[in-house]
Amino acid sequence: MQEIITLDYGSGGKKTSSLIEEIILPLMGNDILDELGDAAVLSGAEKLVFSTDSFVVSPYFFPGGNIGKLSVCGTVNDVCMQGGDPRYLSLSLIIEEGLPMEDLKEIARSIADTAKAAGVRIVTGDTKVVERGHGDGLYINTAGIGTLKSPWLSKRGIRPGDRVIVSGTVGDHGAAVMLARNEDLLTGELLSDCAPLREPALALSALGEDLRIMRDPTRGGVATTLCEFAEGSSFSIRLDETAIPVAPQVASACDILGLDPLYCANEGKLLAVVAKERADEALGILRRFPVSENAAVIGEVRDEYPGKVLVRTRIGGSRIVAKLAGAQLPRIC
Amino acid sequence: MSDRVSAPRVNLMEVCGTHTMSIAKSGIKQLLPEGVRLISGPGCPVCVTSQGDIDAMLELSSEKDVIITTYGDMIRVPGSVRGDSLRRRKSEGADVRVVYSPADAVRIAREHPEKQTVFLGVGFETTAPGTAAAVKIASEAGVGNFTIYTALKRVEPALRALIGSEGFNVQGFLCPGHVAVITGEAGFRFLADEFGIPAVISGFEPEDIVRSIGMLLAQIRSGEARLENQYTRAVRPDGNPLALAMTEQFFETASCEWRGMGTVEDSAYVLRPEYSGFDAAKRFGVSPKKGLLPKGCLCGEVIQGRLDPALCPMFGKACSPEDPLGPCMVSSEGACAAAYKYGSFPPEKGVN
Repeated sequence: MQEIITLDYGSGGKKTSSLIEEIILPLMGNDILDELGDAAVLSGAEKLVFSTDSFVVSPYFFPGGNIGKLSVCGTVNDVCMQGGDPRYLSLSLIIEEGLPMEDLKEIARSIADTAKAAGVRIVTGDTKVVERGHGDGLYINTAGIGTLKSPWLSKRGIRPGDRVIVSGTVGDHGAAVMLARNEDLLTGELLSDCAPLREPALALSALGEDLRIMRDPTRGGVATTLCEFAEGSSFSIRLDETAIPVAPQVASACDILGLDPLYCANEGKLLAVVAKERADEALGILRRFPVSENAAVIGEVRDEYPGKVLVRTRIGGSRIVAKLAGAQLPRIC
Repeated sequence: MSDRVSAPRVNLMEVCGTHTMSIAKSGIKQLLPEGVRLISGPGCPVCVTSQGDIDAMLELSSEKDVIITTYGDMIRVPGSVRGDSLRRRKSEGADVRVVYSPADAVRIAREHPEKQTVFLGVGFETTAPGTAAAVKIASEAGVGNFTIYTALKRVEPALRALIGSEGFNVQGFLCPGHVAVITGEAGFRFLADEFGIPAVISGFEPEDIVRSIGMLLAQIRSGEARLENQYTRAVRPDGNPLALAMTEQFFETASCEWRGMGTVEDSAYVLRPEYSGFDAAKRFGVSPKKGLLPKGCLCGEVIQGRLDPALCPMFGKACSPEDPLGPCMVSSEGACAAAYKYGSFPPEKGVN
């Protein structure tokens, strides 16, 4: 019979220990985690960057990744975007009774592999099991701590003339997940871009204060993140529609599903605003890493229409880019 | 566009929500020659649905052991009581599911034999064949727990009603490419032949629409009125006979109420009597109430092109996508949604 998670695994007793000792520690163990104390003891005297995120993606396996990989990338990337070098992660698993043990193991392996690739150690954690029907298989919360490398990053540094850079094609994750939910509707080679951004983010900090701000455009996509940059500011951002990299598969899938790639989530892309004179250099830096090899300048900061984000369309018109009201929904025709 | 049309002003109307969105998204209005105005007509299927139908659908969603299946567009459409919508009812426990095709709704019905699955049949000639196909599947497989609430509409009678209405002032129609894929060019000939109004069936890329506008202006300038087909890569003269036959087999026409336009003869597709077992309204004994419109909602005016969305006193104030008064603000093809999302900004000019 297939081995599954039962409520016993959340009892805090033997079964809970077996989960930790047989799955977690062999994959993620290190001198701090191995202590299995109530809390991790960390050393350091630097300024810290601290972030947390919860992951509830459905389905928990999707093309290009799974909830485990996502839970590491999400938090690691948040720390990186704030100018941090991510060092430590906490990992909390909320497991729904009935989750196949094999699925849990595969997800744990992804967590371990991704943490290694991102240069972080998992140093503390928790597991809970909830009754069947009270979760979606598996929810994960991670929190991450990094040391602060680029303390100047802020939208207050953005100036008219600055260039907006995206590290690769937009909308891949959102489109891939949407497709995974509707596999009887469409099939195709569409992978989530889920990846840690530690390397390109740290490398960009070489630009010093000419790197104004970085953000990973997850939920709400590139559009929402740029709106947040512009909101309440004295500048506008103008994008060039033809310069925004969109994978052809993503463009087609979005067209059929009635979605806009600009609003689809990304899980391995960064947006950076850099001084105009350093834009080419920034592109050169990003293109050194596979995760950001398709980096492109997609727009510029201007002093007209303060607070707005505009797109110059391919036929020469323009439109506003506004924040999304609620979730994107599939349409009639 | 090099065409220059001198005054008087030329009003062109698009009657497809997908055109409305494409026009707004690509910023075509700012590129039009002076004196040429694009107006959105009754082309958004959700927006033209009467308030009575919307309230009846909401009522259905609260029936015990009923699964509502719907296109995503309907989810946020407001009921006559402020704050009411399928989304709200879902939060309160109703089982509402978004599907991409009516066939998905039949599948859900088969997976849940202990429940009743209702599909909300909203749309024009484009969605009628698919809805008919779902009834066919359910009928042949003996799926007894599947019904549809029909609010399917036909474009032609609505356009006739609009043209005959007081104050109608449109000099050219941009005809809906998707509908024409089904009905063929034949479905829109009446505009030029009977009413002498230039008409062009248009595709949906910005380039298609710009080209179609150019074709309309050329006709107007030379004083002609013809039906032209710009979207030849998809629209055939006689349309899609298979789809038309499918619709014909399961539906007949009847009069129905359009939001803001009142009752329009022959403008609805309703199930033929032999398939009335699949009619949700009959099975659950619901019927569209006489529309109690949300106070202040002017969607009816917007749908007929009589009111520019941004000029509605409610626009962006008492009515927004987060807290809508009417469907035009929340449908993904609504004129108000387009104006809100993509902006009537910057006004009347491009940004260089």
